[in-house]
Amino acid sequence: MTSLQIIFLVVAALTLVSACLVVMTRRIMHAALWLVLSLMGVAMVYATLQSGFFAVVQVLVYIGAISTLIIFAVMMTRNVMEDVGPQSNRGWGLALVGSAVLFGGICGVLLTWNGMQTALIEIPAVNGENIQMLGLSLVDPMGFLIPFEVASVLLLAAMVAAIFLTGDIKRSRS
Amino acid sequence: MTFWSDPDGFLANWLIHLLAGIGIPAGIAQAIGYALGAAVLSTGALLFVLFLIWLERKMIGRVQDRLGPNRLGPWGIFQSIADMLKIFTKEYITPDGADKVPYNLSPILTVGAVIMVWAVVPLAITVYGVDLNVGLLYIIAVGSLGEMGILMAGWGSNNKYALLGAFRAAAQLISYEVPMVLSLLIPVMLSGSLNMNKIVQHQDIWYVLFAPLAAFIFFITSIAEVGRAPFDLTEAESELVAGFNIEYSGLKFGMFYVADFLHSFTISLLVSVVFLGGWRGPGAEASPLLGFVYLILKTSLVNFIIIIERASLPRFRIDQMMDFTWKVLTPVMLILLVATALLEKTMAMAGLVPWMRSGILFILNIVLLFVADTVVRGHLARRPRPDVRGKERPVARPENYFSQPGSGV
Amino acid sequence: MIPISWYLIFSAALFCIGLYGVLSRKNSVAILMGVELMLNSASINLLAFWHYYSQIRQAPQMDSQVFVIVVFAVAAAETAVGLALIISAYRKRQSVVANDLSELKG
Repeated sequence: MTSLQIIFLVVAALTLVSACLVVMTRRIMHAALWLVLSLMGVAMVYATLQSGFFAVVQVLVYIGAISTLIIFAVMMTRNVMEDVGPQSNRGWGLALVGSAVLFGGICGVLLTWNGMQTALIEIPAVNGENIQMLGLSLVDPMGFLIPFEVASVLLLAAMVAAIFLTGDIKRSRS
Repeated sequence: MTFWSDPDGFLANWLIHLLAGIGIPAGIAQAIGYALGAAVLSTGALLFVLFLIWLERKMIGRVQDRLGPNRLGPWGIFQSIADMLKIFTKEYITPDGADKVPYNLSPILTVGAVIMVWAVVPLAITVYGVDLNVGLLYIIAVGSLGEMGILMAGWGSNNKYALLGAFRAAAQLISYEVPMVLSLLIPVMLSGSLNMNKIVQHQDIWYVLFAPLAAFIFFITSIAEVGRAPFDLTEAESELVAGFNIEYSGLKFGMFYVADFLHSFTISLLVSVVFLGGWRGPGAEASPLLGFVYLILKTSLVNFIIIIERASLPRFRIDQMMDFTWKVLTPVMLILLVATALLEKTMAMAGLVPWMRSGILFILNIVLLFVADTVVRGHLARRPRPDVRGKERPVARPENYFSQPGSGV
Repeated sequence: MIPISWYLIFSAALFCIGLYGVLSRKNSVAILMGVELMLNSASINLLAFWHYYSQIRQAPQMDSQVFVIVVFAVAAAETAVGLALIISAYRKRQSVVANDLSELKG
């Protein structure tokens, strides 16, 4: 047991417990706050994979933007779903069984793979955690220029759609 | 290695030797060293806030033709310490129906988010917490943790005004983050790195001379991030009682208060590190302590401007604040970013020396500022002014339901 | 030092928890939270395999990292549009329960 392994186990346990609370807790606002904790745990797991850049981006995008949006939505709609009473629908037992079976299946498939026990050792960084290579490959026409542009167009479309769906001021005026 | 050429390394070495003397291995000694360094830095920052609060009250007092605190100690310098002791002895009042865990966690998160910024800021040539290669991104990410703290405070207090204040604060923080990140991209582009140390080391010419408009916009947006005047809508007393922190008392309120002042000093620090050359100055490479003095001087200058501006500008209205960021700052910053990228690349290919490049970019910034100013002024002049004279205003008349005694309100 | 199996099992567990949330929750905001968990587990898998293949081939491979960036963009877009839909449905029908939005049911 190295110290990195202990850190990983603690963080993974924290993430999984808070993820369970996200899907099980009754009060929806608490679920959102547990979601923040579990996303934070995922960011730490990224950091153990030598991807400090993605850990920081995870905090920035998921906690700074997505969780904030979710909390806003919870606060705006909290009058209708009172926090008392069951928060899950009738088929939750089936869902639980299905998820458990899926987990068992994934683990079963994984165990047949040869590379399963490969220990991840440190990759020698070419230039500070490979961010520079990542950036260059994102703007390289032979690399990933088109996926990158498509992702940005997707973000633009999402922005337009979100503004159109929620901002109904113009339509009510006309 | 002596203390004067590398204070950080010298102290670390000394500590490791000291701990090795009592039989502690080097790995654990290093961890203890890191923990001690973090503790010293954050405690020092928090104690420095006491001085900052006194300074700000004194200066605002002078602006308003008062004396400011003047009872305790010479020039009232111990006033903040007395206030701190008073706040320690106050009672904690938890409102009825509060959501306990978010309510109690949010002051810690708010202070923590500010102090975490200090981990990556280079205080002198060899003195910094972590040499993180995504330092600038880290600073922005940590800012979003503070936002989460505000939302938790507003939610946990079980108070409508607190919730409204938290909504406002979060909307303001998210909106002003956009131009702030865009303005930080210009130093990143010029230095080719997200690392704070590298950004400082690249500033043979301060970046404020390359991009004065970006520096100005970063300054404005970070004031909005802190929520100071003229962007202090989050605690507009007349509209929201006091914003998201009304239900806090005692030391919990004190933590919000301290986070506020420390945050304003931290943004001054960031402005001076990213745009004003950080610790750089004559002779700073040889002696880090001199560099630290330069950094503190620059930071104090920026902080002085923030305080004076707080004393002199009126508060924005909420729609004006949103218009300002989405319709003015963001488009200007986008144009500036693209123009700077094109010009800088062209000039680098043409092989111009840095002084000429900074001159041309300076002219570009000034021209853009002038154009934006003209456009906004023209737009404001053309917009019809709403006529408010003839409207009937709600007033407290005797026959009004709400002003009758015993109406139960 | 950490075996890749730990990451894969961890991400499988996270995925299944998210799936359970999506299947069992009534509130549509909570369903979105489950989707976020599932997307995160996919990113962990991608980064773990990035590390694995960079190690095996002795050179950093950029493919999975680009994939993670695309996942981030998709997650942001999905949350923005999803929450906008939920809010506008809430305005029309005063409900965020997914089962109530069933006019198209035959």
